[in-house]
Amino acid sequence: MEHIRTPKVENVRMTDRLTPRKSTVGTLYLSSTHTIFVENSEARKEIWVLHSLVYNVERLPTNPSGSPLIIRCKNFLVYRLLIPQEKDCLDVLASLTRLSRPERYGELFCFSFNPNLDKELREKAWGFIDLKAEFNRMGIPSNLWHVTAANHEYRLCDTYPSELFVPKSASPAVIVGSAKFRSRGRLPILSYFHRDTSASICRSSQPLSGFSARSSDDEQMLQAIMKSNPVSELMYVVDTRPKLNAMANRAAGKGYEIEDHYTNTKLQFIGIENIHVMRNSQQKLIDVGELVAPSMSDFLWGLENSGWLKHIKAVLDAGIFIAKAVAEDGVSVLVHCSDGWDRTAQACSVASVLLDPYYRTIKGLMVLIEKDWVSFGHKFSHRYAHLDGDPKEVSPVMDQFLECVWQLMQQFPCAFEFNERFLIQLHTHIYSCQYGNFIGNCQKERRDLRLQERTHSLWPHLWENRAEYTNPLYRTDHSQTQGVLKPLTTAYCFKFWKGMYGRAEKSVASHQSPADCLNVVREESQQLEEELSTHQEVPRETDAGQETCPTEGEENFRGEEDQQAV
Amino acid sequence: MEFAELIKTPRVDGVVLHRPFMPTVEGTLCLTGHHLILSSRQDNTEELWLLHANIDSIEKRFVGSLGTIIVKCKDLRVIQLDIPGMEECLNIASSIEALSTLDSVSLMYPFFYRPLFEVIEDGWQLFVPEEAFKDLESMTDEWRLSEVNKDFSVCPSYPSLLTVPKDIDDESLCKAASFRHGGRFPVLSYYHKKNGMVMMRAAQPLTGTNGRRCKEDEKLINATLCAGKRGYIIDTRTIAVAQQAKARGGGFEQEANYPQWRRIHKAIERSNVLQESLIKLVESCNDQSHSMDRWLSKLEASNWQSNVKEILTTACLAAQCIDREGASVLVHGTEGTDSTLQVTSLAQIILDPSCRTIRGFEALIEREWLQAGHPFQQRCAQSAYSNGKPRSEAPVFLLFLDCVWQILRQFPCSFQFNENFLIMLFEHTYASQFSTFLGNSVAERVKLLLSQKTVSLWSWVNRPQELERFLNPLYEPNNLVIWPSVAPQSLQLWEGVFLRWNRSTKCLDEAYQEMVHIIEYNKELQNKVNSLRRQLAQLETEDSPLQTP
Repeated sequence: MEHIRTPKVENVRMTDRLTPRKSTVGTLYLSSTHTIFVENSEARKEIWVLHSLVYNVERLPTNPSGSPLIIRCKNFLVYRLLIPQEKDCLDVLASLTRLSRPERYGELFCFSFNPNLDKELREKAWGFIDLKAEFNRMGIPSNLWHVTAANHEYRLCDTYPSELFVPKSASPAVIVGSAKFRSRGRLPILSYFHRDTSASICRSSQPLSGFSARSSDDEQMLQAIMKSNPVSELMYVVDTRPKLNAMANRAAGKGYEIEDHYTNTKLQFIGIENIHVMRNSQQKLIDVGELVAPSMSDFLWGLENSGWLKHIKAVLDAGIFIAKAVAEDGVSVLVHCSDGWDRTAQACSVASVLLDPYYRTIKGLMVLIEKDWVSFGHKFSHRYAHLDGDPKEVSPVMDQFLECVWQLMQQFPCAFEFNERFLIQLHTHIYSCQYGNFIGNCQKERRDLRLQERTHSLWPHLWENRAEYTNPLYRTDHSQTQGVLKPLTTAYCFKFWKGMYGRAEKSVASHQSPADCLNVVREESQQLEEELSTHQEVPRETDAGQETCPTEGEENFRGEEDQQAV
Repeated sequence: MEFAELIKTPRVDGVVLHRPFMPTVEGTLCLTGHHLILSSRQDNTEELWLLHANIDSIEKRFVGSLGTIIVKCKDLRVIQLDIPGMEECLNIASSIEALSTLDSVSLMYPFFYRPLFEVIEDGWQLFVPEEAFKDLESMTDEWRLSEVNKDFSVCPSYPSLLTVPKDIDDESLCKAASFRHGGRFPVLSYYHKKNGMVMMRAAQPLTGTNGRRCKEDEKLINATLCAGKRGYIIDTRTIAVAQQAKARGGGFEQEANYPQWRRIHKAIERSNVLQESLIKLVESCNDQSHSMDRWLSKLEASNWQSNVKEILTTACLAAQCIDREGASVLVHGTEGTDSTLQVTSLAQIILDPSCRTIRGFEALIEREWLQAGHPFQQRCAQSAYSNGKPRSEAPVFLLFLDCVWQILRQFPCSFQFNENFLIMLFEHTYASQFSTFLGNSVAERVKLLLSQKTVSLWSWVNRPQELERFLNPLYEPNNLVIWPSVAPQSLQLWEGVFLRWNRSTKCLDEAYQEMVHIIEYNKELQNKVNSLRRQLAQLETEDSPLQTP
């Protein structure tokens, strides 16, 4: 509380830049975790903005009507306030600036967030996603793949999980040797096993090949991976970086696999740009969303200039290449970039979504994120600026993965169990620090922080509310939910994600959503089904007075979504 | 003239047809007076029946003696015919070219088409001005139906009956007509029941460089204003364009002469610019090799989306003046037959829920486009692939449909019709067996005796079995004014038209079917529950006398 100078400001105006008449007046409260705006209207509508979701706070010059303050959030919501007294505005600015930049993990909201869950339930909640069960689902361990204890106590690689799946034929010496030849010890390990073809997706960091170095252990490791797919005599190494970047790394003693040293491997560069390019690209995209009354040309030019959709296409193309290799050619793939925790995670998880219908379900996407992102050491706290730190470490890596899924949903509207709201909710929580799941940068760090004892897990919370995140068009027996997705990646197939990036202004929010209408209809159908079954079971005893009338002519379609932060 | 003279080779065997997303078909190609037909003579393969009128342009290629004709259609589809034999190929190509560019209206297919269905409700009788006026009369007595144009001599592009202010006599109308481009004096377009405000449309006033004025015109316009009220004149052109029009005898209303009116200029492009925009857009949509940067820059350069935005913005402005400001509006551009109609018809879709029903939308097209004298035949003579010298072609109506689609997408529950209805209308404006969009004005249609000799599109569309395809399953009637967002990020490329032949819509079609299924299942359940409830109620009334002694 020591950072809060003024806990309450009255007569604050929350303005809508495009439609001034939608502005509302209310009271602003600052708590240790939230900024809360309560409308003076009879409805006393509340807007809660979590401090950890605040990206920046900007004060504009005071004008006769007051001091404007703009709060921009990491989930792209923007709140424009007009505070009557300049002094109050400065106080709020100072408080928010400090509160939105925690310096220690202990300050994060997840350590104080208490949803009234008893200890037992909370511990059970942390077991909601079980990665061992997930590998079992893929058929692992098997006679060719097993779990190795080599990374027990993270002694081989401190950013990997302690349990790693590797080819049975790789000896402990080969495993250790391969780890030594890989950047940060991130040796090739199993990410996904495709039962239909026995081809696998493995992942690692770049080899320390420099201009001439080689490691027979690492070469044997790749041979072991290739041979773990008995039907194929070839494997691909997908380097997700642009070739030029990969070559530049050789000068620093890193680089890529020399095909001559690795028998029967084929190296493929994909060309996803690095985190710095992506950060700048997203900033430009956000700027486009903030333009005041842009013309169509301003918008399209800005969209092109940001390069954002080009990068999304590159990530999707990487996923498609891998999925095709695994499903159609039956060839195993090793995927890496530099450290193997950003582009590699994107490419592997997009490929998995394309390959396996399970990952297109609500639970399946949670499992996939837990596996390819959380457990394999994607640096959540660095990338999503959970703590005040190096801005060069921040990058929208996960944003791009979620957007790839969204772009796929546009092409395959029946293929996904979840809806856009689920993706947006995931995005918010990756940044929000409300739950412990995405705190820290790797499993070891999370263990040291004792997150499972001190915080709550997001997954069961989302699961309980899954009705809200369900796509009404999804049916398990629909042809789109089966098999491998083969999306088009012609430029015109990619769209601007309005639901994510077009939320800065309330007035451009969508008016009616077909999915919401359909969900209402489906709920009503369920009630009717229940009513029918009671009638049919007890044909003559039903009391007509107790029946619930089906709600006719639902009129709530028009309500604009209350897009409040958590 | 006999069509036979133009058909050099009526049939060729062994022709191979390539179409987007369909298996190739080998069969016999036949040319008739109005159709290009390809049939494999096998029961299970679909035949191709293509109206010559739908062909925008063709290209020939030869590899040895195998000729290929690329047929580019006005509905933007591109098909390929592989024809063995150079002579046959050349003959077919020149025949198609001749048959697809016939100038005479009376040779058009609608004059030869005999419907295979019984016309139950004649589309020609559906939307007569008298009926529309009856509706108006029930709301207000300020207007009358004038017969001043009954022989189309006052204004050749207007219908014979026009709704004008009650206090303005026909003589004044004639004088006002002489002061407006093409004789298009201000007439009623829409009456807003909620507050009694009106929207009128006209052509530009002929002020010329020396500022001519016309008392009757001023009186006519002012007659629509309540005492003390002000109105808005929405000129769809920029002030610069309107200024230039003065040199050619046109111009705009001077504030001094129309003190009760405020003039607002918007920037809807003229028709020749729109045609250029369509050609560029279709060209970039058809090139699948574009990188993301190039695609976005081509899309931007085509200006199509900008045109959509500008038209919608102007329509919203007109609707806003009427509904929010409580002011009456006069809309015009230059001729009053293109951008003017885009604005007045879209404003009605925003304001009037009845225009969002199928019948209401048909009536709107009749009133605001066909009877209002949009020159369909000139505008839709050629489409995006034409190599011919451009005359007066322009996708004015297509842009209107695109704007409707944008609103439909933003309000998916507010329209009785679906996207397919709009696409169907787009197709029929360019080539059709029905004559609804033939001719450029009511006068021309009367002269052609269309209502006696040909079948109206509405006669076909409104049959229940056809209508089914066009119904929006999500429709929930509401009485609201719907305000679309015109922010660039809210407007999308109309894929259903512009990418229709470039990517498979299988997954999207399946999603639509799924949606229909969910809603139909719900209706079925409701019916079951309702009938059970009725049975129960009945049983209870039968039972009750027994229980009460």
